[in-house]
Amino acid sequence: MIIGNAEKDHRRFRDIIKGRIKQDLKKYISHGELIGKRGKDFVSIPIQQIDIPDFRYGHEQTGGVGQGKGNLGGILGPGKSTSGGGAGDQPGRHILEVDITLDELADMLGSELELPRIQPKGRNNIDSEHYKYTGIRQAGPESLRHFKRTFGRALRRQVASDEYDPSNPIIVPVHDDKRYRSRRVIRKPENNAAIFFMMDVSGSMQAEQKDIVRTEAFWIETWIRKNYKNTEIRYIAHDSEAQEVDEEKFYRTKEGGGTMISSAYTLCDRLIGVSFNPEDWNIYCFHFSDGDNLAADNDVCRKILTDSLLRKVNLFCYGEVKAAYGEGMFYKALSTVSDRENLVCSKISSKEGILDSIRQFLGKGK
Amino acid sequence: MSTSRKFPTELKEAKYEIEKHAKEVGLDFFETIFEMLDYREMNEVAAYGGFPVRYPHWRFGMQYEQLSKGYEYGLQKIYEMVINNDPCYAYLLRSNSLVDQKLVMAHVYAHCDFFKNNLWFSKTNRKFLDEMANHATRIREYIDRYGSVVVEEFIVTCLSLEGLIDPHSPFIKRADDNNNEVLKDREEEIVVHRLKAKGYMDQYVNPPEFIREQREKVKAEKERRAEKEKGMIAIDNEKDILEFLIQYAPLENWQRDVISIIREEAYYFAPQKQTKIMNEGWASYWHSKIMTERVLHDSELMDFADHHAGTMGKRPGVINPYKVGMELFRDIEDRWNKGRFGEEYEECKNAADRKRWDKNLGLGRQKIFEVRRVCNDIGFIDEFLTEEFCREHELFVYEYAKAEEVYTISTRDFERIKEKLLFQLTNFGKPVISLRDANHNNAGELFLTHQYSGVNIEKDYAQATLENIRKIWKRPVHLETYEGGNKVSLNCPT
Repeated sequence: MIIGNAEKDHRRFRDIIKGRIKQDLKKYISHGELIGKRGKDFVSIPIQQIDIPDFRYGHEQTGGVGQGKGNLGGILGPGKSTSGGGAGDQPGRHILEVDITLDELADMLGSELELPRIQPKGRNNIDSEHYKYTGIRQAGPESLRHFKRTFGRALRRQVASDEYDPSNPIIVPVHDDKRYRSRRVIRKPENNAAIFFMMDVSGSMQAEQKDIVRTEAFWIETWIRKNYKNTEIRYIAHDSEAQEVDEEKFYRTKEGGGTMISSAYTLCDRLIGVSFNPEDWNIYCFHFSDGDNLAADNDVCRKILTDSLLRKVNLFCYGEVKAAYGEGMFYKALSTVSDRENLVCSKISSKEGILDSIRQFLGKGK
Repeated sequence: MSTSRKFPTELKEAKYEIEKHAKEVGLDFFETIFEMLDYREMNEVAAYGGFPVRYPHWRFGMQYEQLSKGYEYGLQKIYEMVINNDPCYAYLLRSNSLVDQKLVMAHVYAHCDFFKNNLWFSKTNRKFLDEMANHATRIREYIDRYGSVVVEEFIVTCLSLEGLIDPHSPFIKRADDNNNEVLKDREEEIVVHRLKAKGYMDQYVNPPEFIREQREKVKAEKERRAEKEKGMIAIDNEKDILEFLIQYAPLENWQRDVISIIREEAYYFAPQKQTKIMNEGWASYWHSKIMTERVLHDSELMDFADHHAGTMGKRPGVINPYKVGMELFRDIEDRWNKGRFGEEYEECKNAADRKRWDKNLGLGRQKIFEVRRVCNDIGFIDEFLTEEFCREHELFVYEYAKAEEVYTISTRDFERIKEKLLFQLTNFGKPVISLRDANHNNAGELFLTHQYSGVNIEKDYAQATLENIRKIWKRPVHLETYEGGNKVSLNCPT
């Protein structure tokens, strides 16, 4: 008996799912729920199962017959799916979790926001083309045979058919077992990128604001990673003083006190000086604050930007997250910076604003 | 991948042993072929409804994803699968222990017996494994010719209507089978009978006025008949809407064929849905009997008990067909052994007498075999569910409490439980939709009605389904239903 190949139908289903995610990408972008589901290089995205419509009863009226102990009026559970057991076949909305690689996600983001491909600066502005062996095929040259997979399938077949002898473990792949690598051409700028995320962690930045920052940073990172071969990320948290922290701490730290943005800019400038030569690195700075800076500090910030930072970085982005107490003065202060070629400012008033903000930041293609 | 494997010897021995016992206890089955699959293959086959070769479609890929995830997360595991076919094919999960395999085999033989002998399966095609493969070939051909996207979309449209069949229709003999005369060209020439006459005498023998008069008369008669026939393609309350569409919808031949494939498969699977409780109950009854009375070694007892208990487990909120079915068969056997049926017993109101009731009739075994031959789940529940049974097995009715958005236990009243169960089993728990008029508004529009029984139809789904019917019929489609007692009409296009 021959067993049909589910692989193809499964792949087709995955394609449809990806289309679905793409359609709803805006929703996913403005809600941070994805970030919690991030693995090493993929995310799990919960999506509604694709239903094929039919005539059915509304679930609110149906109910059913169950079995077990319990008092009248006892709660069985939330309005959940109870499908599965023959007669108790209630309509239920199934949620499906689909794993998507970050690369695919970045592609979707890029096409959804119509982001231009980043043009890296500097002398290394050459695309390198290389092959990436991403897929598996059933046909191919012997030199590309995927040994592990082929071996695995052969082993599986032999064990299942009782031809496997543990004392004499000879595995002989037959034609059906063989699997071959298939390749894809990848174009990537042969370049390195460094991202600095800076955030105001003073008292006026509440959990809600930090959530927005986190979500936006996730998407920015995904996109920039996609565009560079190597990406390094640094986090700087500041109130009136700045310090470099790790990602975990970056989003957790909560400080009181006033705000001096210049402290973060100075630190960032120094770190660039130490580790990231602008000749070799494409540097991105993203700073998020509620804009409530010490008035006297604004001039200092402007000076650091024009004198030093803006000359070194590809892009300097300032995102002003609306907070209950923020006055948003810093946004105005930055708008007076004369050389604004690679300085982008954006106001994010709510989660729904994340999308536009990302578009403003990355829309320059720098 | 091909699975032309050797079937392990110890399993072969187990198979012969259990087959022998199954015959001895009176089961009567098709020849049964067991195949060994690993969990991945099992998921693959299960995704295709048990059939190794089926037409390609992403919905099977979706099934596969769910089954694989469920297995990987340790939420579910398919122990066994069996196909109603002659010979019967059954799959065993490779990783199961020998006791499990024996249990599954005993279970499978009872399923086979049920397939072979239950009335509701009598009209199913017993070579459906081949038929499915043929369907696959035909659909692959259409994909080659018309493109995968086009065919795939059309299949989704049809699948949406998969439930619009009449599960009783294989048993109905219709007088007008193959009678499609309504469709025949009606434009015949009007002929009037003339008396024979020589040419020059004709106008005297057959006066022109008379001929004209006759012609008018015949024409009027014809028109009256045509008027009567108009709208007659909608046979009275047709439930097999798929068949209707195959016959009359303006489709290309390949599309007609795709619908007929979907319809045929729907009819094939219908008896399995109609007898879920009985079928699983019957199989569980026998695996338990054969294992405990004949096959089990002492050392295997605990494993068997563990597995059996797992299968029989009650989950709140859902009826376990294995459990309820098996217990109901046992209950029937017990009642007919003791003569607890008939007028005399029904009229006995003395609880103590009823409890002691035993006429030593010994008719139990005979009765359950009879039940498995003639009943489907509806008859099974309607005829044999008793108040004592409901109480003993703690059945209850639950309802959706809208305010709290939860399901709560609403009653343990016998009549209500039975009513609810029967409702859930009627038409597979889906609303009964029938076609009332195919020429609605005298404009070739379809008019469907929902046989309302107190529960509203899910509107969004219904609307989307209507849209799919419209895609096939290519004219507006209407559905009359009720909402809280008021007649409402869903229209497509709206």
